[in-house]
Amino acid sequence: MSDSACVPSFVSAVLDTVPATTVPARHSVLVRVTHWVTTLCFVALLVSGAEIVISHPRFYWGETGNVLTPTLFKLPIPASRNLVPTGYGYVLPDQNGWSRYLHFQAAWLVVVTGLLYVVSIFLNGHLRKDLLPGKGDFSWHALSAVMAGHLRFERSSETDARSYNVLQRLSYLFVIFILFPVEIWTGLAMSPAFVSAVPASVNLLGGQQSARTLHFFVSLALVLFLLVHVGMVWLAGFRSRMRAMITGRAGMP
Amino acid sequence: MNEPSGGKLSLRKISRRKLITTGLAATAGVSALGAAAGLAAKYGLIPPDHGGIYGLGETLNYASQRLLTRHSLAREFSRSQISKPPLANEMPPLSDVFKRLQTGRFADWRLEINGMVARPGSFSLDQLKSYPSHSQITMIQCEEGWSYIAEWNGVRLSHVLDVVGVLPQARYVVYFSIDPDWWDSIDMADALHPQTFLAYGLNGDELPVGNGGPLRLRVPRQLGYKSVKFVTHLTVTDSVKGFGKGLGSASPEGGYAWYAGI
Repeated sequence: MSDSACVPSFVSAVLDTVPATTVPARHSVLVRVTHWVTTLCFVALLVSGAEIVISHPRFYWGETGNVLTPTLFKLPIPASRNLVPTGYGYVLPDQNGWSRYLHFQAAWLVVVTGLLYVVSIFLNGHLRKDLLPGKGDFSWHALSAVMAGHLRFERSSETDARSYNVLQRLSYLFVIFILFPVEIWTGLAMSPAFVSAVPASVNLLGGQQSARTLHFFVSLALVLFLLVHVGMVWLAGFRSRMRAMITGRAGMP
Repeated sequence: MNEPSGGKLSLRKISRRKLITTGLAATAGVSALGAAAGLAAKYGLIPPDHGGIYGLGETLNYASQRLLTRHSLAREFSRSQISKPPLANEMPPLSDVFKRLQTGRFADWRLEINGMVARPGSFSLDQLKSYPSHSQITMIQCEEGWSYIAEWNGVRLSHVLDVVGVLPQARYVVYFSIDPDWWDSIDMADALHPQTFLAYGLNGDELPVGNGGPLRLRVPRQLGYKSVKFVTHLTVTDSVKGFGKGLGSASPEGGYAWYAGI
């Protein structure tokens, strides 16, 4: 990600007098824009998804499930429908209309953004250089060192400000290539229209209710990722990391 | 700090060439979108509830799924997968008119069909049962998240539409429940689909009132709320603008999408 080729001479003269660590380029425009669009969409999907869940806070496995069938588990919350016997004496307001509209609109945006991001990172080298773990990363010594450092809440180093460590790489790859795709797949598997065209999408998951339950669990995993991610950003230096992810240039760590 | 600002450096890097190519790409993109929207309208891929802030997502849903499902069939299950019992979910209390018809064992139930048809008519349940009957073991999926599988027995809507003679310019079938607040519509592709049924039987028996009896319009490739219960009336039309608020069904008026394929 070196930009020095485009920098005019008087600027590079100034740069030479300033320590290199203060203005390195950090995140490209593509990474920054897709990152924030995805963040916004995820919040919209989460809020609308939560609203949708409360209309039937019971989960099943297999093809079918309803208030007359045994559940896999129930959420101990009131529902927004009279139909569900939650044991609470009241029913929450039904906001499923706009929730579903918002859920699908945000889903379209996150999918288009995600596809743009994934295709680009294959083409521009970001995947290979910055996301795939390096050769040395998988030795027992290297892995244990990174994990121990995290568990000790060590202050992040200079290199950490400019390159993802192996735990970051593995978790980002997991979110990009496993969690998000499975979330989208399980979502589509709940669509009667999509399933009529691609029945394998739901059959491979074990049925419509299995798709729904998996969709819920992957959502929980994504929320967990979000919490850990924000926590790590906070510990690494919230201001500098945010500046890097907004302006594209890392500030003082 | 004698540090050139990030802004100045990045501006230097935006060359004239980049500006021109970006501008051209943006113009091309906008024109492509305009062309796509025009094509979509021409091929009937724009849903009646395409307005408002969620209109884009709705249009993308309807257009993409309409294109994807031109010839698809909802999954049909084996007898052993039929849910016991089929859930009859909560309903508002039914009117006196309904109760009277129920007492008469629905002998006086009529399905009126009018609109863009050559031979508008009124059909009793016995008449509908005299047409070739079909059965399908399909799933009913509620937007709330629950589902069940049942064997629905009835007559294909396409057959009944054939009997009344749908005119070529027709684009939607609007259908009404005896419950005045519940009406919906489907496009002709769904109306003529072999799995779109006027169901009068469930699991070998008469369709129970709790499941929509005596007559329910089953649309198995969309969510349950499109399968309107206690259907009394169909109007074939080329535009849904004249019905209710012109959004295609009572659903968008209640905040729900007209197209319920997802």
